[in-house]
Amino acid sequence: MTDDRLIIAGRELKSRLWVGTGKYKDFAETKKAIEASGADVVTVAVRRVNITDRSKENLLDYLDPKKYTILPNTAGCYNVEDAVRYARLARAAGVSDLIKLEVLGDERTLFPDTAGLIEAAKILIKEGFIVLPYTNDDPIVAQKLVDIGCPVVMPLAAPIGSGLGIRNPYNLKIIMEMIKVPIIVDAGVGTASDAAFAMELGADAVLMNTAIAGAQDPIAMAEAMKYAVYAGRLAYKAGRIPRKLYATASSPIEGML
Amino acid sequence: MAETIQIQVNGEQRGCGADATVGDLLRELAIKTERVAVELNLEILDRKDFDHQSLKQGDRVEILSFIGGGV
Repeated sequence: MTDDRLIIAGRELKSRLWVGTGKYKDFAETKKAIEASGADVVTVAVRRVNITDRSKENLLDYLDPKKYTILPNTAGCYNVEDAVRYARLARAAGVSDLIKLEVLGDERTLFPDTAGLIEAAKILIKEGFIVLPYTNDDPIVAQKLVDIGCPVVMPLAAPIGSGLGIRNPYNLKIIMEMIKVPIIVDAGVGTASDAAFAMELGADAVLMNTAIAGAQDPIAMAEAMKYAVYAGRLAYKAGRIPRKLYATASSPIEGML
Repeated sequence: MAETIQIQVNGEQRGCGADATVGDLLRELAIKTERVAVELNLEILDRKDFDHQSLKQGDRVEILSFIGGGV
């Protein structure tokens, strides 16, 4: 699958596994896990610099922006104004016009506020941002996001950090069939089979953080996710057999005694 | 004694020289200017203006950078 590249907003990406950088023990572990995952898109958050303890190292000392596509997010934003503000700050701090846009609707579920998401996306696209929207598994909202100019749609598999896996494969499948831009399944993956399942459904990539960072051995799980995403993609491209209720013998009847 | 003013940096009050610029403040805090964003009274500053933008009494400065974060 050497020619099976994912191209988003003119950028060619090697890996179909995208990873977050939160919740790791330290930057050294973050770096090792990301290397093991083979991911070349990594998400980061934008927060206040610690001005009282300047001894703290910078994440980007560990993640070379030349090697990775750094994708800042607007995590933690619960309204349009905050999301737009953080996106602008991310661009000012950073490396590109890419923004993973999150407008959250509720603290308990961290489900997206899709009305706010569309509103914020419109503002940012007008300002030249490349908006990668974190959204619900709602095909209609997904289409609206494409219509206003999002180059990808990132529907959730399950609530962020829940590890519940693909909760609504049918909606995701509809999104993948209906929407003509790359679909990145974002959030809710628990283990390798979830990632493979997302890819088998036809996802163009999977983004995860907690499933790796929260595993007992994050580096081993990162590697497992790399293979799961790869296997799932291969299986999708290979085309699975149809499901049937009854058996079909694999050995010929002919030549039996 | 040089005149000082009070400003707020990342939510904390601090004093700085009356003629200080945003660039001076970042150097005093030992913050490298690459990969930080600075917001002065809710307006994002262009990095090339850090050394030209002077600070005044009561200014609110936010200095942000990338940290680990995920989905």
